[in-house]
Amino acid sequence: MATPAAPAANGVKNGKGFKAWLYKRLPVQEFVDNQITGYYAPKNFNFWYFFGVLSLVVLAIQFLSGIFLTMFYKVGEATAFDSVEFIMREVEWGWLIRYLHSTGASAFFVVVYLHMYRALLYGSYKAPRELLWLFGMAVYLALMAEAFMGYVLPWGNMSFWGAQVIVNLFGTIPGIGPGLVEWIRGDYGIADATLNRFFALHVVAIPLALLLLVVLHLVALRRTGSNNPDGIEIKEKLGPDGKPLDGIPFHPYYTVKDLVGVAVFFVLFSIVVFFVPTLGGLFLESPNFEPANPLSTPEHIAPVWYFTPYYAILRAVPDQRLGALLMFLSVAAYLFLPWLDRSPVKSIRYKGWMSKVALGLFTVAFLVLMYLGLQPAEGVYVALARIFTVIYFLYFLLMPIYTRLETVKPVPERVTYHAH
Amino acid sequence: MRIDRHMKRWVLAGKVFVAAATLALALGAGAVRSAEASTPGESHEGEGVLGDSWQHWKAQNEVANLASLQRGARNFMSYCQGCHSLKYVRYSRLAEDLAIPTDQLEQLLLPPGAKPADYITTSMPAKDAENWFGKAPPDLSLIARSRGTDYLYQFLKTFYADPSKPTGANNLRLPGTAMPHVLSSLEGVKKPVYREVEVTGEDGKPHTERVLEKFEMVVPGSLTESEYDAFVRDTVNFLDYVGEPTQLKRRALGIWVVLFLVAFTWLALLLKKEYWKDVH
Repeated sequence: MATPAAPAANGVKNGKGFKAWLYKRLPVQEFVDNQITGYYAPKNFNFWYFFGVLSLVVLAIQFLSGIFLTMFYKVGEATAFDSVEFIMREVEWGWLIRYLHSTGASAFFVVVYLHMYRALLYGSYKAPRELLWLFGMAVYLALMAEAFMGYVLPWGNMSFWGAQVIVNLFGTIPGIGPGLVEWIRGDYGIADATLNRFFALHVVAIPLALLLLVVLHLVALRRTGSNNPDGIEIKEKLGPDGKPLDGIPFHPYYTVKDLVGVAVFFVLFSIVVFFVPTLGGLFLESPNFEPANPLSTPEHIAPVWYFTPYYAILRAVPDQRLGALLMFLSVAAYLFLPWLDRSPVKSIRYKGWMSKVALGLFTVAFLVLMYLGLQPAEGVYVALARIFTVIYFLYFLLMPIYTRLETVKPVPERVTYHAH
Repeated sequence: MRIDRHMKRWVLAGKVFVAAATLALALGAGAVRSAEASTPGESHEGEGVLGDSWQHWKAQNEVANLASLQRGARNFMSYCQGCHSLKYVRYSRLAEDLAIPTDQLEQLLLPPGAKPADYITTSMPAKDAENWFGKAPPDLSLIARSRGTDYLYQFLKTFYADPSKPTGANNLRLPGTAMPHVLSSLEGVKKPVYREVEVTGEDGKPHTERVLEKFEMVVPGSLTESEYDAFVRDTVNFLDYVGEPTQLKRRALGIWVVLFLVAFTWLALLLKKEYWKDVH
């Protein structure tokens, strides 16, 4: 294994020229030494470890494309829809910028869900990474708000009716509900005032919060170091040089490896953007090509695919108030994972059969609920949604029991890695 | 020696990846095309009961077919624009994309007084339209995107005579439509022929149900059935183009973007392999 060159910060600072001038005034070299070349990551990362960096890539796509969209988008119920069509038809490369942003929204959830699933697989939420997990969950919640409000901005008919359904959920809160809904909308219905404030939140408030939370997430990661598929703390086995024996410098090893992941991601992303930007109505729903119309309800109001597991849970419950509560809990449940998992091991590789069955069932439940949320709530779909809602919650509720009951496999001393 | 073997293996892996991605791209492009054109729309001409089979008719239009788009534009201007606008489309953009020469645009497509840079509006005042039809005819700029091309094809092909309606016509795709059958001079007027069929109901008891057997032409139009079919297909094709005028450019550019990225992925993979030789 190659060891990186010893920090040469002082050397550069004592030299001449712009670099020395800059490094005397800004800790560039220290940052690189500590965080990039000096950050040791486990060498046994697999496929699942691409999705953190991919989330950052998508965040960058959304910021860049979003800035350009904001230059041409005209907020307001009389202008929003027309301005989106103006972008699609008359702005130079407007269609590309818009499709990058709309595909980026879905891609964000694809990579974030896979990133979160990795944490479920390898127990990345467990001590000492509880706070890292909570910051990540805060990013996820902010992302949900960002996506929902962004979806309203084109002011299509599904934007309008989706906003109607989601905002009305707050009305189920006892006592303050109706007043709260009015306060959120700024009007007696979803209207111009709602659109304007959603725009403000979408382009200023939530992106700022997202950036801050992402930085906190990364800072917490730098403190604890990354988990790995074996769930072994590499910091506990240090070499004579004080570096983890199973760790390799993030740069150049993971920068070049992530480059491959980013490239493959861009291939898939471009296939969607250039060939199937609506993805058969999954990424851009056809009712949203009609302007918002309070008098014409779409046949089925369904949120975009990334919200449908929770939407299916909402509709599985006959009582709306209870349904809204369960939906809220289905998202909040992730927050408690670090304390629900009582297993002595982190990774699914060494957990017992009960954890494996539980995670398998949870995976099926999440995907089935995602499908059901896209279907009309009738007949067998409702019955299925109820069954899988129960399974979804049992994964969390029974976790303290099955993670303690099962016998776990012995965890090896060192990470499993086979050089290629 | 060892390095050589490794390099060869990864060069091979890279080639396989490039080939696989190219194949996936070709298949993807093929799937997109076949989604636009799959089962033949002529099945209703065969024997048997029409029933609900019209719901599976496909538009089978090709947005890359410039001649079809030009005919579609002509059809739209002659038969649709009297009531429907394309408010997001400029005449000049249409002429540019559809390779219509300026003199032809001015002679054949531009209404008197309109300039090439104008948006395609309708001369019918919305207020009058609402009085006449009960509903202002919608703008059709995005109709192919909101409803789909198959929907439009089925809609234009399933008008039938219905004396109980104020317009004298009804439609299978959009029952009770406010739109009169404006293409009846071309297609002709057809009346539905029903047949009684025995079906087993949900309660398990047999009862008779009236199903649509076929349409029967009562007043022939100026076009034959296949000519009318082509007319509708061209018109739907034009509306498909109008829904997203950049779509041809998008796909054409996409092929190069994806090919570039696939090649880039291969290089990135080689770079990764080179660096990771050190990791044991």
